[in-house]
Amino acid sequence: MTVVIGFEGSANKIGIGIIRDGEVLSNPRRTYITPPGQGFMPSDTARHHRAVILTVLKEALEQAGLKPADVDCVAYTKGPGMGAPLVTVALVARTVAQLWGKPLLGVNHCIGHIEMGRLITKANNPTVLYVSGGNTQVIAYSERRYRIFGETIDIAVGNCLDRFARVIKISNDPSPGYNIEQMAKKGSQYMELPYTVKGMDVSFSGILSYIEEAANKMLSSGQCTAEDLCFSLQETVFAMLVEITERAMAHCGSQEVLIVGGVGCNVRLQEMMGVMCDERGAKLFATDERFCIDNGAMIAQAGWEMFRSGQVTELEDSWITQRYRTDEVEVTWRD
Amino acid sequence: MTPDHLVALLCPPLHNPRRRRGGNMAPEKSATVPQFLRGAELVKQGAEARVYRTQFLGRPTIVKERFSKRYRHVALDEKLTRRRTVQEVRSILRCRRAGIPAPAVYFVDYTSHCIFLEEILRSSTVRDHIASTQQSASCTVQELDRDQDRELVQEQELEQLAQQVGQILAKMHDEDVIHGDLTTSNMLLRRSPEDRGSDLVLIDFGLSYISALPEDKGVDLYVLEKAFLSTHPHTEALFQKLLKSYSASSKKSSAVLKKLDEVRLRGRKRSMVG
Ligand SMILES: Nc1ncnc2c1ncn2[C@@H]1O[C@H](COP(=O)(O)OP(=O)(O)OP(=O)(O)O)[C@@H](O)[C@H]1O
Ligand SMILES: [Mg+2]
Repeated sequence: MTVVIGFEGSANKIGIGIIRDGEVLSNPRRTYITPPGQGFMPSDTARHHRAVILTVLKEALEQAGLKPADVDCVAYTKGPGMGAPLVTVALVARTVAQLWGKPLLGVNHCIGHIEMGRLITKANNPTVLYVSGGNTQVIAYSERRYRIFGETIDIAVGNCLDRFARVIKISNDPSPGYNIEQMAKKGSQYMELPYTVKGMDVSFSGILSYIEEAANKMLSSGQCTAEDLCFSLQETVFAMLVEITERAMAHCGSQEVLIVGGVGCNVRLQEMMGVMCDERGAKLFATDERFCIDNGAMIAQAGWEMFRSGQVTELEDSWITQRYRTDEVEVTWRD
Repeated sequence: MTPDHLVALLCPPLHNPRRRRGGNMAPEKSATVPQFLRGAELVKQGAEARVYRTQFLGRPTIVKERFSKRYRHVALDEKLTRRRTVQEVRSILRCRRAGIPAPAVYFVDYTSHCIFLEEILRSSTVRDHIASTQQSASCTVQELDRDQDRELVQEQELEQLAQQVGQILAKMHDEDVIHGDLTTSNMLLRRSPEDRGSDLVLIDFGLSYISALPEDKGVDLYVLEKAFLSTHPHTEALFQKLLKSYSASSKKSSAVLKKLDEVRLRGRKRSMVG
């Protein structure tokens, strides 16, 4: 039996999870929430993570009912993400690894999402839509790499949603995306927005600048409600995401889709993807917020796969990096 | 195609079931096939269209039907479907006028969003061609280099193909046509009747538009680069050949390639949080 503990803190969530051979033993998490209209800054986020990380670590071990001696490997997020929070978490991971005398493993955050999604849903070889605050990618596996077929050519979809939320002062608690989703359910009027798809790539900056410019005017003139805007924004950006996923599936001849990343727990996105899959006779796999949103178990799971295939990270190589593409990682654990 | 089909086709408003029915009838399911396509052979369900093989006035024909997508809002769906049908026809005509090989457009039905295209006979996608060439090359390696000459020939053949692609794209961009969905699936390789050489045909112009901006052309190449390298592993050098031939063939290539570099850098510099 192999037990891996995973440390994640690349953005405003800090999570520590423990995995034993595909079983999630614990996965506690905290979120740094900023006031409406504000995004999270690296140094404040790092301060938040520093303040709670030892409590979360204790919870992770207690809930799993394990002692440090039971752990075989300590995995942490090497990148991509925000520098200061990444450093904070890597530092703690390095320290406990030395205290406990266990090997370290630096994990690519995106690979963590993919491997967690595969574990939970049992999807075998899916086309992956990875959508979060910092990433928007359509990925498929071949020849030892997760290859990026499509991605955003400017900002990520989650970033577009978050920044829209700031414009009309939607609460960041529990997350701007969640609140947009709830408001969208009450919207009915579809306002036309720019729609930009380029092959398997998408662009969101045009939509964002359009809506940043027009939102408050449309609201104050009574042309539409905030709920209508949430509804229209979701309908537009999610249609773009489903379209590029379908194009990648047609291109690769794939019959499975897996949605991962924080935006992936949006039920409307899952529903639209489900309709597309139905029409193609394909199968949809998705998870809920426990595993979609950044968490420690996903780093533990990717770490588990890497560790079992013989990888470890030496102490002197245990740095972090803000930019780390999904296709840089050699996948040593799949054929 | 039978005379009945033809009548159905040439008088679409009368015979289109959606129009013929009374307003209080249940809306049609998107899976309903237009009457004139019953009996046509479904070749492929692409990302946004169903592709059929049939005969039109005695000629081998591909019908591309953009059916409505139930996952998206009706207003958005109608806008996209209409716009893409129009754009596809418009760009094909523009390319053909400039001597860039693309299938001839035989007929368009804007009610059912069907485009009737010349079927490109004796063709395969560039994607399949590269994949099978690469596969047979790697077999040769496993056979302990028994056939090094053949491998070399195949490599040269692929390089020639990359050059051909570069040239045709340069010509297309010089006409200010942005394809919008450049992949190796959207290029057909047509073998000449006596199997002497082959030429390239561009298809699938649904996302195309007209623009003279180097930025748009650069993004067009960027989209191709990513699709190319992810679909065909270990082809970085081959893609460089393609770009080199593009830059040699296009009058305006230097501004475009500069933009391509910029777009690539944007991707690499993007901070990725979450
Ligand atoms: N004129 C043609 N002659 C021969 N084959 C064709 C022709 N047009 C299309 N095809 C075949 O049908 C496939 C799909 O066509 P096309 O790319 O136009 O549709 P699509 O729905 O946009 O596809 P996708 O979204 O998967 O790219 C092509 O890859 C090709 O194999
Ligand atoms: Mg196509």
